[in-house]
Amino acid sequence: MFVLQIDTMKAILLFIAGLMLGSLLKGQVLVKGTVKDQKGRILAGANIVIKDSYDGTLSDSTGAFSFKTTEKGKVILVVSNIGFKTLEQAFDLGIDTMSMAFTLKEEINELKAVIITAGSYEASDKKKGTVLKALDIATTAGANADISATIQTLPGAQKVGEQEGLFIRGGAAEEAKIIIDGTVVNNFFYSSVPGISQRGRFSPFLFSGTVFSSGGYSALYGQALSSVLNLESLDIPEKSELQLGLSPLFASLGLQQVAANKKSSYGFSYNWTNLTVYQKLVPQAPDFFKVPDFHTADANYRFKTRKNGVFKIYAYYNSGSLGVRNPSLDSIGLWNAFQLNNQNLFTNLSFRQFLGNGWKLNLAGSISYNRDQIASQVQNQQYQPVQPTQIPVIDQASFTNHATQWMFQMRAVAEKRFGSINTLRFGAEFWNNRDSARFQSVLGLYPSLVKDRYTAGFAEADLYITNELAFRPGLRIEHSSLLNKVNIAPRAALSYKLSKNSQLSADYGIFYQTPERRYLVNQPAVDFLRADHYILTYQHISSSYTFRAQAFYKDYVSLLKTSSGFPIAVNNNGYGYAKGIELFWRDRKTFKNFDYWISYSYLDTKRDYNNYPAFVQPGFAATHSGSVVLKKFWVKNMFGVNWSYNWSTGRPYYNPNRSAKEFLTDKTIAYSTNNFSLNWLPKIGKANAVVVLGINNVFNERQIFGYNYSSRVRDADGLLIRSEINPPASRSFFLGIFLSWGVDRTQQNINSNL
Amino acid sequence: MKKLLSVLALFSVLALNAQTKYESAMQNGFAKLKESKGAEDFQALGAYYERIAEAEKTQWLPFYYAARHYTIAAFMNPAADKDKAANKVAELIAKAEAIEPSNAEIYCLKQQTAVMQLVVDPMSRWQTYGAQASEAIAKAKELEPGNPRPYLLEGQYLMNVPEAFGGGKAIAKKLFEKSLELFASFKPLTALHPNWGKEQAEQLLAACQ
Repeated sequence: MFVLQIDTMKAILLFIAGLMLGSLLKGQVLVKGTVKDQKGRILAGANIVIKDSYDGTLSDSTGAFSFKTTEKGKVILVVSNIGFKTLEQAFDLGIDTMSMAFTLKEEINELKAVIITAGSYEASDKKKGTVLKALDIATTAGANADISATIQTLPGAQKVGEQEGLFIRGGAAEEAKIIIDGTVVNNFFYSSVPGISQRGRFSPFLFSGTVFSSGGYSALYGQALSSVLNLESLDIPEKSELQLGLSPLFASLGLQQVAANKKSSYGFSYNWTNLTVYQKLVPQAPDFFKVPDFHTADANYRFKTRKNGVFKIYAYYNSGSLGVRNPSLDSIGLWNAFQLNNQNLFTNLSFRQFLGNGWKLNLAGSISYNRDQIASQVQNQQYQPVQPTQIPVIDQASFTNHATQWMFQMRAVAEKRFGSINTLRFGAEFWNNRDSARFQSVLGLYPSLVKDRYTAGFAEADLYITNELAFRPGLRIEHSSLLNKVNIAPRAALSYKLSKNSQLSADYGIFYQTPERRYLVNQPAVDFLRADHYILTYQHISSSYTFRAQAFYKDYVSLLKTSSGFPIAVNNNGYGYAKGIELFWRDRKTFKNFDYWISYSYLDTKRDYNNYPAFVQPGFAATHSGSVVLKKFWVKNMFGVNWSYNWSTGRPYYNPNRSAKEFLTDKTIAYSTNNFSLNWLPKIGKANAVVVLGINNVFNERQIFGYNYSSRVRDADGLLIRSEINPPASRSFFLGIFLSWGVDRTQQNINSNL
Repeated sequence: MKKLLSVLALFSVLALNAQTKYESAMQNGFAKLKESKGAEDFQALGAYYERIAEAEKTQWLPFYYAARHYTIAAFMNPAADKDKAANKVAELIAKAEAIEPSNAEIYCLKQQTAVMQLVVDPMSRWQTYGAQASEAIAKAKELEPGNPRPYLLEGQYLMNVPEAFGGGKAIAKKLFEKSLELFASFKPLTALHPNWGKEQAEQLLAACQ
């Protein structure tokens, strides 16, 4: 019993001792000090913690900290701050006060490091360099939700009223390439109609990011003397949706179904565009004897693989026709009728997978097909074909051309991250092009077939020397089976961060392009075209403002020269230059819910290429151009008003009344237009609606894009007569209602739970 | 036997002490919350809970409170980089979820992070983050139908959403009423579990009247 009692006593004593020990340990030590960075700058908000304990604090606005701890003996202090390498240091805690000074090393990371954008306008939401988003494109007045039309409000992209395409810094439309998920889109725009600029085929809402570079683009891409427009399609959407679009111009229906686990989605849409009603309401200058009529269907399937990989398939098919008639300038009373039937298929397959250990793989493939059936006919007053007149220029204006293009592409890019954010990318791509055409006129039937197998290998590295300084060297090697030539194109970009939001970059690169295949039928020994770019950029980008100033010099080392006459002979003796200054300012902050941007471009360019008889400013280049885009949105009423103003000095046009020495010395009047659009986002029944109304050229300003000249009819002064090239209607209108029914879980839950 | 007993006794004391240390630290945080006013105070409180969380490693509640207070701090500071803050909060949420999967309170945090990112650029982000916010709330309600906080947060969010988008005061009012109805019978699992929001619901309901 006694023994047991002692034991109990001991236990109780031990228990008390234990309690005492616990409280004894709670003697406090004051830990204090400062946190600074390598340059001695104060770091506020740094986290100071004794590892595996509750004790610690944040540094204050003077970089100082102090806290009390009950820990004793050897401890590890952890000091961390976003953007800095975490510091762990062992300490022996003293009796009462510990004083220490910490210096944190800056960590090279994406949030703080200089951005290597080198001449490009990043437009995704991911990066800080955001300039344009899908919604920006849809709400730019005058652009009518067309990607390229919005890009024409940015500096460096020239508006050319009579022709579609991206005319970048003195480059022709063929000198820019458009890329969707890594693969080139050969027929991004609807097929050309003489004198009428066409839209792009794809809706901006298909894409999550739009990266537009006005020069000096990455070695991952090639075959463009001027620039690339890089579009990245959406991954799996957030929710299932049924969409309906209605307008006097078109009707569309779309469905997007997202799996419950959000790992996969599929969708399809159909669009029918017919301008019958519109052309009745808005009279068109040319006679559309066949009203533009287009059917478009597309489908997509996407799924997520393990480790955040994404697999995407997209297929697009369009078929369309139109016919337009203008008075012939070569014979009074006759008409030139142009008819076009087009079929276009674009398919894209892409796969993105993280492989672990910093590796990422991007695979892409594409098959595309385009068929244009063009019939040009000289007609009499009754719109019947005229019999041969024995006047060559009139007889040769009647022809048919059936052109078919097939393109197959494959591409693989491997990406490896090393160090903290340094990246190495390398890969290869292969294109197989097959163009065939059958051209028939009074001169006979000219069938043609051109095939080209293009192979390229490329490598590029993003090297962050410090957070302030980054270097991107790149190299691209290309081979074309048609030319049977190889080229080596080095590229380099150097970026230096001046302050938190501003940076300076310099770019250099050699860019090659295979001449347009239509010039290469039975042509031996032509080499790649070549342009060298030199670009200097200053940019200041914060979440609310963007300012960018660029100066560039482009040396067209080799351009194609074509002989006049038929058949055409070609060589590489063309050359030219382009230089200029571009300014861009965008502000989303100063005025609430008001967003505006201003851009200005100065361009000095001359070239001797194709059949030019002289070294001159080309017809698609204007010396000065600018845009102002304004957007005001009232959140409460879900109502927006947009305005845009585009202006450029006159462009040179060809006047056959002048001698070869005076080639392209005449200029059109300056181009100026004001556009207005209005968007309203009401809830109609259970649908989210978007109502858009747009008026282009509100003030009915006179627009002359150039002139068509007769080749034989002269006026009283002995000069060849001409007609103006104007837009089909001086003012154009757009009205559309877009409805979408999403699976609105908010509503469902409110209803089921209340 | 004697030794064994004394060792057991000592361990039980230490264990008891450790338990109370965690609990008292958590309670201490609740006391600090009452004195917190500005964004800096909430940031410090978030850091305080993060320290407890990282030291304990097996408790989800300190991760929860760290995430919650960092979120409040980011909402209170107009100059805060909301995307950066959301990234930090998402890390903490992931750690909490690894310990305590499928908890309504954690889904409430997810909704707040989504709203935080939504407000950066509502025009172009509402489709993504608006959907994320509603989904997180739906999941929270499904996991714990008797929890008043999902209704409170949903009401708070919808109050600021234009009527055209299914928001507005009328809908928010119903949600606050529902939330208060649930608050009347809501009992937290322990004293350390989330138990906030009743006063807020009352104030917001008053603002809807």
